[in-house]
Amino acid sequence: MTKSFQSRRRFLTRSLALGCSLAASPLVTPVTMASAPWDNRLVVIILRGGLDGLDAVRPYGAPEFQALRGRLLADGAVPGALDLDGYFALHPALADLMPLWRAGELSFAHAVSTPYRNKRSHFDGQDILEAGTGSAGVESVRDGWLNRLLSEVPGAHAETAYAIGRQSMLLTKGPADVSDWSPEASLVLSSQAERLLDLVMHDDPLFRDALNEALDLSQEDVLALGGEDEIDNADMMNAMQGMAAPAGREKGLAQIAEFAASRLRGETRLAAYSINGFDTHANQSRTISRALKPLADNIMILKKELGPVWGKTTVVAMTEFGRTVRANGTGGTDHGTGGLMIMAGGALRGGQVVTEWPGLSESALFEGRDLMPTRDLRAHAGWIMRGLFGLERGLIENTVFPGVDLGENPGLLL
Amino acid sequence: MRFTPDRAAIRFGCGLSPRHPAPGSVEDMLTTLTGPDRAAQEFPIPGMKPVFEMALRERKARHATRPFKGTDQYEAAFEKVKIERRAMREMASVWFGQALMRRAQTPDGFRERLVSFWSDHFTAAGKVLFLKFAPVTYAEEAIRPHVAGRFKDLLRAAVTHPLMLHYLDQAKSVGPQSRVAKRNPKRGLNENLARELLELHTLGVGGPYTQSDVRQLAELLAGLSFTHVDGFVFAKDQADPGDKTVLGKHYGGRDRLAAIYTVLDDLAAHPATARHIALKLATHFAGDAPDAALVGALERRFLDTGGDLLAVYQVMLEHPASWADGPRNVKQPIDFIGSSLRALDLQPRQMPKKKVAQMRKFFHSPLVMMGQTWGQPAGPDGWPEADEDWITPQRLAARLQWAMATPLRLRRTLPDPRDFVEIALGSEAPEQVRFAARAAESRPEGVGVVLSSAAFQRM
Repeated sequence: MTKSFQSRRRFLTRSLALGCSLAASPLVTPVTMASAPWDNRLVVIILRGGLDGLDAVRPYGAPEFQALRGRLLADGAVPGALDLDGYFALHPALADLMPLWRAGELSFAHAVSTPYRNKRSHFDGQDILEAGTGSAGVESVRDGWLNRLLSEVPGAHAETAYAIGRQSMLLTKGPADVSDWSPEASLVLSSQAERLLDLVMHDDPLFRDALNEALDLSQEDVLALGGEDEIDNADMMNAMQGMAAPAGREKGLAQIAEFAASRLRGETRLAAYSINGFDTHANQSRTISRALKPLADNIMILKKELGPVWGKTTVVAMTEFGRTVRANGTGGTDHGTGGLMIMAGGALRGGQVVTEWPGLSESALFEGRDLMPTRDLRAHAGWIMRGLFGLERGLIENTVFPGVDLGENPGLLL
Repeated sequence: MRFTPDRAAIRFGCGLSPRHPAPGSVEDMLTTLTGPDRAAQEFPIPGMKPVFEMALRERKARHATRPFKGTDQYEAAFEKVKIERRAMREMASVWFGQALMRRAQTPDGFRERLVSFWSDHFTAAGKVLFLKFAPVTYAEEAIRPHVAGRFKDLLRAAVTHPLMLHYLDQAKSVGPQSRVAKRNPKRGLNENLARELLELHTLGVGGPYTQSDVRQLAELLAGLSFTHVDGFVFAKDQADPGDKTVLGKHYGGRDRLAAIYTVLDDLAAHPATARHIALKLATHFAGDAPDAALVGALERRFLDTGGDLLAVYQVMLEHPASWADGPRNVKQPIDFIGSSLRALDLQPRQMPKKKVAQMRKFFHSPLVMMGQTWGQPAGPDGWPEADEDWITPQRLAARLQWAMATPLRLRRTLPDPRDFVEIALGSEAPEQVRFAARAAESRPEGVGVVLSSAAFQRM
């Protein structure tokens, strides 16, 4: 990561001292507009822990469904209550998304997976999902597919892509500039402290770059404190002592969606973050709702906050693997293979469950226990990027997702 | 490079202290480690007993509110539940304070680091209200007594501990042919602990096991359970009858618990385990890309001694690669805060351990923002090791906020920054940090700049 944040920061500070707001500043806007290579937006949400796709989008029309999964349903639940297409139905915790389905702004890809097979480890599974490589290469690849996509885009800069939240993600790691921020962090420093901190971090690139980026991203908070006045030692200590408290899980996720939307309304074209809590080994009828509900809320916040930009946006939520077809002995499911990808947004040709559906019969299962993956989820993600950003097929198959076979166009976008 | 006292305290201990001298030699470190656990004596933390007792009291109070549900007396009845919960939070806050004080004032920093390392290797956490406070008591009873012993004892203590059995769903797992499953066909096996035992605790994800080994091991482990009254129990009714085959070896016999201990011992002695542990230790203490010769030497000693951890540590501490110059590991947030408190020579009376709100403000919330929520790791693989995971802009911002603002709120007066550089970094202090300490406008700023320096944030 090398960037000239310091000079850019000074530049912004000067323009703000003239009394312009950041967004409207004539000094800034034309430059950034010209450098934005596309107008469409992509949000990638990593669902950590292994989402049970068969519970989120239930194949209640399958003859085996009740026998295999009946005990995972809450008491008295009617599996087809939120019917999608006469065969699949939505989990009740995703009910808020039904209007999007009806409006053609929500789709699913079922029985998909990464190329990862057999060991069913969360940690390897997530690395392979975020690296975007076949499973063979995961140990040697240390960059994520979103970063490789960015490296291929002329004119991309630090604001083009955002990794949001307290967690760091392999998905966005790599040589291309990606801004990394959590909406609750901020740094208020006197100019003297800033100089000294620069001095004691200067020789260590990891610290130096992170400091510069933090200072840059904190700029808005600094300005909120006192406009163009110089921050002195007392201001700094006061601000630091009143430092932001971390938000709780639900509020934190809402903040992340709001922050993502605020950036996507501006120069940002790619945003990525993760939602945890999908590892439902026990009491799934309760535990999965605690993870699905925030996901639904998150998508609805993005829609609301993005306003007209929602029409240019695609949200893709993906997970490291699906879960076992049968319930385990503790009212949950264990690590499996074939899973679900969730897509939302105004740019979508929604209202579809896209799948080469393998069925749930004994002989159709992977290793006799998991939903058979019938398509590489990278192919779907690849077609979305091709549609949104006009990427060439070769670039996707060789660089972004090396080794993927894109196959036929699944027609996910308008 | 070889041993130096300052580097030993920084890289293998809890940092430098103006009160406790840095270790004099490798032998000194190992002798101290085998001696009495002075930090635990001075800053005691209990085992699981009070956690279970309080959980039972809270449950009783909760049950007592049931008759009042929907009436206007409910709120008054629920007050008693709140009192129990508040008491638990206060106790947990004290334990958190004790754990921080150990880092600040222990004469044996290496032991604290080992407890932290092994607690992370055997990550266990609570998934229900009261057990959320239990990781520190789990570490006290399952990890701490064994850090200088044999790996197989550590493995057995961790894997059969109630918190682990809870965290990885083992306590609920019942064999498909067990008596419980016959009575209630809805109950059955859960593979979670079996998989992580192979993948994380012993062989490693590259290890020679298959899905069938996971399944058979899960069937073998069925029966490991606990109660709030007795702690660990072996529930025979949950056990799955018949022999099981794990990594090609049969386990069975009448005494099922003995068979489980045997499989744990076999896994502890497996060459893949030696390799996995060697790599993890070297990565944690010597850097993200550890020297291959160091890893090889640790692996050999582990195998040769049947997992005698003291002997393995000796190899690590005597190996030149452990003492190499240059930027090493970034301190994890708990190491960063702990070593800051140690350099500040924080005294027990200055630690607001009984004041839940202050503990949250000064320590708990900052740790969340730095990416390391106390007692709540993101997953059973524990905290990340890679430096880049810790030093992101938002996490670094949280470290700097803490360094600038918190020391002054803990201690009425702060040391002169020019002296503080020498206390905190000793012979490892870079000239720029000395300069910055001299140039600071105030004591809090100077102390903050020293603690924020890249030199202090690495080990």
